[in-house]
Amino acid sequence: MFLIHCPYCNEEREQEEFSPAGEAFIARPEAPEDLSDEGWADYVFYRTNHKGDHWEQWVHSNGCRKYFMVERSTITHEILKVAAFGADISE
Amino acid sequence: MQKKYSWYSLLKAGLSGQDWDQAIPLVEPKSKYDVIIVGGGGHGLATAYYLAKECGITNIAVVEKGYIGGGNTARNTTIIRSNYLRDEASSLYEHSMKLWEGISEDLNFNVMFSQRGVYNLGHTLQDMRDIERRVNANVLNGVDAHVVTAKEIKEQIPIINTSQNTRYPIMGSSFQPRGGVARHDGVAWGFARAAAMLGVDIIQDCEVTGIEVEEGRVKGVNTTRGDIMADRIGCVSAGHSSVIAKMAGLRLPVESHPLQAFVSEAMKPVLHTVVMSNAVHGYISQSDKGDLVIGAGIDGYSSYAQRGASRIIEHSAAAILEMFPIFSRVRMNRQWGGIVDVCPDACPIISPTKVQGLYFNCGWGTGGFKATPGSGHVFAHTIAQDKQHPLAAPFHLDRFTTGALIDEHGAAGVAH
Repeated sequence: MFLIHCPYCNEEREQEEFSPAGEAFIARPEAPEDLSDEGWADYVFYRTNHKGDHWEQWVHSNGCRKYFMVERSTITHEILKVAAFGADISE
Repeated sequence: MQKKYSWYSLLKAGLSGQDWDQAIPLVEPKSKYDVIIVGGGGHGLATAYYLAKECGITNIAVVEKGYIGGGNTARNTTIIRSNYLRDEASSLYEHSMKLWEGISEDLNFNVMFSQRGVYNLGHTLQDMRDIERRVNANVLNGVDAHVVTAKEIKEQIPIINTSQNTRYPIMGSSFQPRGGVARHDGVAWGFARAAAMLGVDIIQDCEVTGIEVEEGRVKGVNTTRGDIMADRIGCVSAGHSSVIAKMAGLRLPVESHPLQAFVSEAMKPVLHTVVMSNAVHGYISQSDKGDLVIGAGIDGYSSYAQRGASRIIEHSAAAILEMFPIFSRVRMNRQWGGIVDVCPDACPIISPTKVQGLYFNCGWGTGGFKATPGSGHVFAHTIAQDKQHPLAAPFHLDRFTTGALIDEHGAAGVAH
């Protein structure tokens, strides 16, 4: 159990208000008709499942119901960064 | 060399001051083996045991980063059943069930396998339709199963609440009489001891830090206790499968999640069977020691932290209390979380990989314990022959590319 800062509500709320929504930065294929079966498998099923600092998506399901990105350690559950989609996360 | 356990050896040791040999010898790793098994849990040890016993390969190392019986194998709710819906899954789990039925004699180690039956409860009309469908599928596949009514459940389990005055009244259940439980750490010890007696090196406190691959072929592993070479490597590392796969430059279709369970203080026998409910999500049995063993669900986010949210436990405790109000004042003794690797279709991966000589047995998710002997058996044959055992064939990694998924998740309607 941990607290998550919602970048839209701009408030730190309990994790229970949020739902995890999987790994971040998985882009939908730009040319789906041309994509191979391996490409589809990679997009739909294969995951990095990283042990360490990991970018993932959460949705504030019992709040503003918007999706955003979180960088969280999968070892300690410590949240390092929170960002809205499209935000600059380079630093 | 260890001695065979028998009533004679028990009597002799009892009279001579309990002078037992070490059950699992502590060994130094050699520099080269025919096969390395990464991960000394139940599945890994069973793989090594069946490789040595049935495939004629005894020059095997099992490398384990912790100690034998210190991981998920000894941290689960020990439920064993084979009442899966899909043909592929039920064949694999039934294969395992048949091995369970002779495992204590086979290993010369009492794993306390107890076929006390497993109930999977239904709480809605749709639950009951799914249960009837699954029971019919089980019967067609030669798995023992029948549908029981709420009244029959109440006759068998007097402490269960089958009244209509609950949020989700119990309407009926499936029942597998051959299902049951086993002593989980005993299973790890038994396989480890039996494998060691056949010449397998079980190397504890030895973490794999890298996998050496040359021209698409696996060469060996780097460990905290030096490099170990082998042409064939079987990875059976449960929650850490993605971490091991990454060392060989591979990705897997699994995500790791914490799965929690908890046990109560020990009490006199009160529950003689296993009761599971997927709809309200809780499953419970009473161990031979007397504590209630209760399983919860997974946390939705990925994690390697070996702990989960308290609300998940609260949810399962609430479900158990609605079914068994008599337990409302039972004190809980301890709780733990293990890391499980969950596949998108809730079925395992027992498969070769793109790297020649590197095999994976993973993705068992929340329900691997019941499959321990069967999983090890089919994986051993897969490694020995470099060709999937027929029962393992549907569980190839390719199914995520071809789309031939085995949809146990949605269809079985049962907790693992």
